[in-house]
Amino acid sequence: MSAPHTASADKPTFYLTEEHHPENSTMLGFWIYLMSDCLMFAVLFATYAVLGRSYAAGPSPADLFDLNLVAINTAMLLFSSITYGFAMLRMEKGDKAGTLKWLAITGVFGLAFLGIELYEFHHLIHEGATPQRSAFLSAFFTLVGTHGLHVTFGCIWLVTLMVQVSKHGLIEANRRRLMCLSMFWHFLDVVWIGVFSLVYLIGVIG
Amino acid sequence: MFTNSNLMEFIFGRLSWSSLAFTHDPIILMTFIAVVLGGGAVVGAVTYFRLWGYLWKEWFTSVDHKKIGIMYVVLSLIMLLRGFADAVMMRTQQAVAFGANEGYLPPHHYDQIFTAHGVIMIFFFAMPLVTGIMNYVVPLQIGARDVSFPFLNNFSFWMTAAGAVVIMLSLFVGEFARTGWLAYPPLSGADYSPGVGVDYYIWGLQVAGVGTTLSGINLIATIVKMRAPGMTMMKMPIFTWTSLCTNVLIVASFPILTATLVLLTLDRYVGTNFFTNDLGGNPMMYVNLIWIWGHPEVYILILPAFGIFSEVVSTYSGKRLFGYASMVYATVVITILSYLVWLHHFFTMGSGASVNAFFGITTMIISIPTGAKIFNWLFTMYRGRIRYEVPMYWTVGFMVTFVIGGMTGVMLAVPPADFVLHNSLFLIAHFHNVIIGGVVFGLLAGINFWFPKAFGYKLDPFWGKMSFWFWLIGFYFAFMPLYVLGLMGVTRRVNHFDDSSLQIWFVIAAFGAFLIALGIASFIIQLVVSFLKRDQLRDLTGDPWDGRTLEWATSSPPPEYNFAFTPVVHDHDSWYDMKKRGYVRPLEGFKPIHMPKNTGTGVILSGLSVALAFGLIWYMWWLAALSFIGILVVSIAHTFNYKRDYYIPVETVVATENARTKQLAEQA
Repeated sequence: MSAPHTASADKPTFYLTEEHHPENSTMLGFWIYLMSDCLMFAVLFATYAVLGRSYAAGPSPADLFDLNLVAINTAMLLFSSITYGFAMLRMEKGDKAGTLKWLAITGVFGLAFLGIELYEFHHLIHEGATPQRSAFLSAFFTLVGTHGLHVTFGCIWLVTLMVQVSKHGLIEANRRRLMCLSMFWHFLDVVWIGVFSLVYLIGVIG
Repeated sequence: MFTNSNLMEFIFGRLSWSSLAFTHDPIILMTFIAVVLGGGAVVGAVTYFRLWGYLWKEWFTSVDHKKIGIMYVVLSLIMLLRGFADAVMMRTQQAVAFGANEGYLPPHHYDQIFTAHGVIMIFFFAMPLVTGIMNYVVPLQIGARDVSFPFLNNFSFWMTAAGAVVIMLSLFVGEFARTGWLAYPPLSGADYSPGVGVDYYIWGLQVAGVGTTLSGINLIATIVKMRAPGMTMMKMPIFTWTSLCTNVLIVASFPILTATLVLLTLDRYVGTNFFTNDLGGNPMMYVNLIWIWGHPEVYILILPAFGIFSEVVSTYSGKRLFGYASMVYATVVITILSYLVWLHHFFTMGSGASVNAFFGITTMIISIPTGAKIFNWLFTMYRGRIRYEVPMYWTVGFMVTFVIGGMTGVMLAVPPADFVLHNSLFLIAHFHNVIIGGVVFGLLAGINFWFPKAFGYKLDPFWGKMSFWFWLIGFYFAFMPLYVLGLMGVTRRVNHFDDSSLQIWFVIAAFGAFLIALGIASFIIQLVVSFLKRDQLRDLTGDPWDGRTLEWATSSPPPEYNFAFTPVVHDHDSWYDMKKRGYVRPLEGFKPIHMPKNTGTGVILSGLSVALAFGLIWYMWWLAALSFIGILVVSIAHTFNYKRDYYIPVETVVATENARTKQLAEQA
């Protein structure tokens, strides 16, 4: 903050003579956005919690889910979070090529996650476990699918940022954007841990 | 022939000539002709006076929070006229449709009208007006140059406008929902509402919802990060406090609406079973979710109104607000409690005595902080030097009216009483009592209070008072009969009655609506008369009411950059503090000012969103797909533009400030 106008005790200053530079609000704003997104997931989780046992005489989680496949999928997403972290460490060092390399690896993990998820969905639908079959499956496909759409959007964003970083380098604006995507990416990881535990694990156990 | 009809279906989806509602309904045809003539006249005038360039450069693409705020207010006032026309139609129908007389609105049309009335009044009148006033006032009150994310602000406005366009399209192309303003399934599901009405509802709200949520995020970040040095949280003006709480509520509730409508959309478009009657669906899930949004929503509307009343009472009483800290705590408590009461909207669902008791008690508890506020306003007036300007009329009218509405609300909060009153006209009377007596009165007080700041001249007080008295008396005539009818057991959303002994009450209510129409007309006359008399009503000081907060410290209208030097705050009511302690306006030492650049991206994205919504509503999948891709491409392209700011040269700042110095000198 710049120095206030020179003041004596009885004459307080009422304005700054220098330009006022409020702190950048982007991180706070993006954080609030993430929380609003989190609430959308909260609705989907709540819906799953209420409708998740309404099988309508159709298949139940134990009949459908292949935990091995989901474990591999989870590993893909968790690895992608680590590699995004490496990208950010490179960015802090000002290493453009290293940042881009780790971002690319992150993107590959993200795509692998999406590929496995699409395979799983295709398999379920092929077996007749469609979103229309029961309220449980409606809630399942919507919750997991919404997360998948977020990852898809994250991948598009990741590619956009890679183009921008390679074009303009690690300038202030790009570093801020990478920070935002970092928050977004880790947020999706946290949501996935919720999905994995509440939908897949508990579903298969009980 | 076969391939031809396939092609037509591919291109136009469900849309056909018979979808054009005005081709078979004389009322809509008349409206359509009026809209075409009126719209044509406006477009013609703008073209004739060569204003398109000016509007595009200075308004549509502007990222200035003041201009965006004014555009929100204009949008909301236009939508008020539409929503009020619906109200008048309903009142007329109910006043005449008794016994053999069927009235002029058949059920399928009447049902669309009450749905549209609710949706438009809440989402496209009250919300944009609240957002517009917050947008205009908050950055000025905290001594900032703009909001945190100026482009996002422009985009938010245009998304709200796009939602309004989608809703208005339903008037002429197709139909609107016939489900009531919250579109409960299974009625709103694919089985019982197969047409486009509910889809218009869904996509109109989804598009506008994007704007509302983003504008909420924007204003929170602005209030938290951009306050002038010295303005700690407990030195913020009360209106800024209520705006902060309102925007927290927006961000914490609109995503729930969005997600809930997505689930309804999937039920309708994909055939999922969230809210269906069979295959495990649960319609009550929707009712719960929609009210988890819906209850905070009413506080989103009323809190800024409370903030406006606080500013008005303290300014026109010439006193610091009584109980500033308690006002802040009351606001925060209301913010939190508003999440713990949603079930009182459906006590009759049958959740059991314990659940109903919990929500009944939390509901009654809300009346405590609200009551504290009423007393704070009264004690502010006590021994104040009260000046009865127009905003003060609205405030006193509010205090009387709102207390009545609050008390009927506490009656409804008692579950056994609610079982009798649920879904009756008593409820309709109650929420109009608090929304008109609270929100609308507050916003009209706000418009009268801040108009001179925005335009440099006051609003004509005579027509302002006419508007107030017509609204106030009209309100009592229109809604007191509904309390009576509700206690007699008359239910809402009925377009025809057999018992002619009820008719007199509906006639009185219709007369009330007529008085309110005069109130709205007086308000429009007030705007026109004030514009014509603007030289007499001119205020050159920038502080026409002897104001207390920072927005009155700058000129009216304020320069693009709001403040040439960022103010330093020592106390709440900081402008009053500055005047009292001998603040001298700086005349030199100006610096170039860093400002954001205008952009047309918001307008383009909004247009594409309307196309996307239209494609989805009418099953024109190619249009939906193209517009969606368009939205993605334009958004990404926008991020490739890194040069989004510029400096206002110091010469311009000096010239602007010198002009003001001269003005002030002429005044003295």
